[in-house]
Amino acid sequence: MANILVLAEVSNGKVKTVTHEILSHISNHQVSVLAINDLSEECLADLAQHGGGNITVLKNDSLSEYSPEGFSSAIHNFINSNSFDYVFSGATSLGKDLFPRLAATFEAGLASDVVDFKFDGDKFVGTRPMFAGKCLADVELKGPKPHFATFRPNSLGVSEISPGTVEKSEQNAEISAEVRAKIAEIVKGASEKLDLTEANIIVSGGRAMGNAENFKVLDELADVLGATVGASRAAVDSGYAPHSMQVGQTGKTVAPTLYIACGISGAIQHLAGMRTSKVIVAINNDKDAPIFSKADYGIVGDLFKVVPLLTDEFKKVLNK
Amino acid sequence: MNIFVCVKQVPDTETKVSPNSDKSFIETSSIKWIMNPYDEFAVEQALQVKQANAGSTVTVLRVGSTQSSETLRTAMAMGADDGVLVQAPDLLDPYTTAKALKAAIEKTGRSPDMIFCGKQAIDSDALQVPQILAQMLDMPSVSVVVGFEQSGDSVKLKREIDGGSLEVYETKTPCLVACNKGLNTPRYASLPGIMKAKKKPLETLTLEELNISLEEQRVQFSNFRLPPEKPEGKKFDAMDEGAQPEVVTNVVNLLKTEAKVL
Repeated sequence: MANILVLAEVSNGKVKTVTHEILSHISNHQVSVLAINDLSEECLADLAQHGGGNITVLKNDSLSEYSPEGFSSAIHNFINSNSFDYVFSGATSLGKDLFPRLAATFEAGLASDVVDFKFDGDKFVGTRPMFAGKCLADVELKGPKPHFATFRPNSLGVSEISPGTVEKSEQNAEISAEVRAKIAEIVKGASEKLDLTEANIIVSGGRAMGNAENFKVLDELADVLGATVGASRAAVDSGYAPHSMQVGQTGKTVAPTLYIACGISGAIQHLAGMRTSKVIVAINNDKDAPIFSKADYGIVGDLFKVVPLLTDEFKKVLNK
Repeated sequence: MNIFVCVKQVPDTETKVSPNSDKSFIETSSIKWIMNPYDEFAVEQALQVKQANAGSTVTVLRVGSTQSSETLRTAMAMGADDGVLVQAPDLLDPYTTAKALKAAIEKTGRSPDMIFCGKQAIDSDALQVPQILAQMLDMPSVSVVVGFEQSGDSVKLKREIDGGSLEVYETKTPCLVACNKGLNTPRYASLPGIMKAKKKPLETLTLEELNISLEEQRVQFSNFRLPPEKPEGKKFDAMDEGAQPEVVTNVVNLLKTEAKVL
């Protein structure tokens, strides 16, 4: 049994799904949860429900906004006053920025973007995609402990476990590093939807979209499904969509339950970024497009005719 | 200003990857190597900072195998002044890579004012080296940067987070910036630039010279394998407008009853 610390992440007042995913896969270990600055009663109960009942909240006014130096110093000092074998987090925007620096404060190893793992006794063995998912490799950690790992959202899945009790303590965070890079302002993106990397359903458009305006067709489908809209590199490079929407090897690697590719031919670098989607639907008027080789359901046809029909059909089926 | 850029050489994005015979890495014999796409934005930003700050130098660093030194020459053809190659296996863990970069920077004897990296390399996709290097050098760092403004020793950086939102950071030099697509438009190397680059200094170092041992690696990869192939899916012809409603109803029904994702 390993002693594991999980960094809980809260977004819009809710515990992130990736935190649930991690917690539900380590219930046979000794698990502690760390939250930064604040945790609502609702989130506390929710964490306990998923096996993360032993919670410490680190408090400090200067932690109200994220800073790489402030967060890593505060968490470093907390870890130092305990004895964890492993420290886990989601491979989210925050986790991906913070964990390398945090691990480096211990000169310790970090396995990033792990999609599956097992414990061989106390030894962690992870699986992670390499070359944007064109292949997989096993990853093991060596050297001083604790060892660190981040997990790709939507990869582990949430398993059912028996909920535990809540034991919450609050601590004043000790920040011993100078915080030199600080957030002055946050500019909200146009979309309130889940980021592509955490989305459960993605509707994506390719070069065949023709222009930025035409993405409206995909927005309408996405609204019905509660999906996030993505784009291929061809669409981004043609100026139809911003890079933050790009799926693929030079964009975001995604793992939704349902991926609907519209007018995307399926370049190798795009397939690499979305092939771990559980179910793939492709719509393309070229019956030989490579995307069909990865699609569970392929529709050979004009996306501008097919997508609106899909939107209407989903509305009916989902009673919207 | 002493400006450093860290670059990596990676397989071209169109590369089909296959594991090597003992599964310890991928087959590299027929790979076309390119500069990591995100590093192009780092080189470009470094050159823009050099142009805005008279008397600056841009040194480009790479840790990796010597199969081709094209990537460093490309950066020098774009305008970097000199290059350092640290010879190492292509599959080196992020901790050791950062350690080698730190040692190589220190060996130049120039104290860095700004370090630029790509936010991630598209081969191992670890997103670790920039932040580890910054911590090792005791520098602030901002990653996934899509906006850069410098005024004297003050730097304002826009970092892209979830859903395209931006965190706007303020910091001071020395600092490390990990660049994302959208930050700038990388220049092409000009023909005179390419000719000049051939004569620019390129120093080659080994890990031993930097007192770094492969035994120090913190992450060990093994068992490289291709992901499982999906069974062939179902394909429906809806080229004919009359067939479309039926096909769409059918697919939505399959998503509900067969794939069970609705």
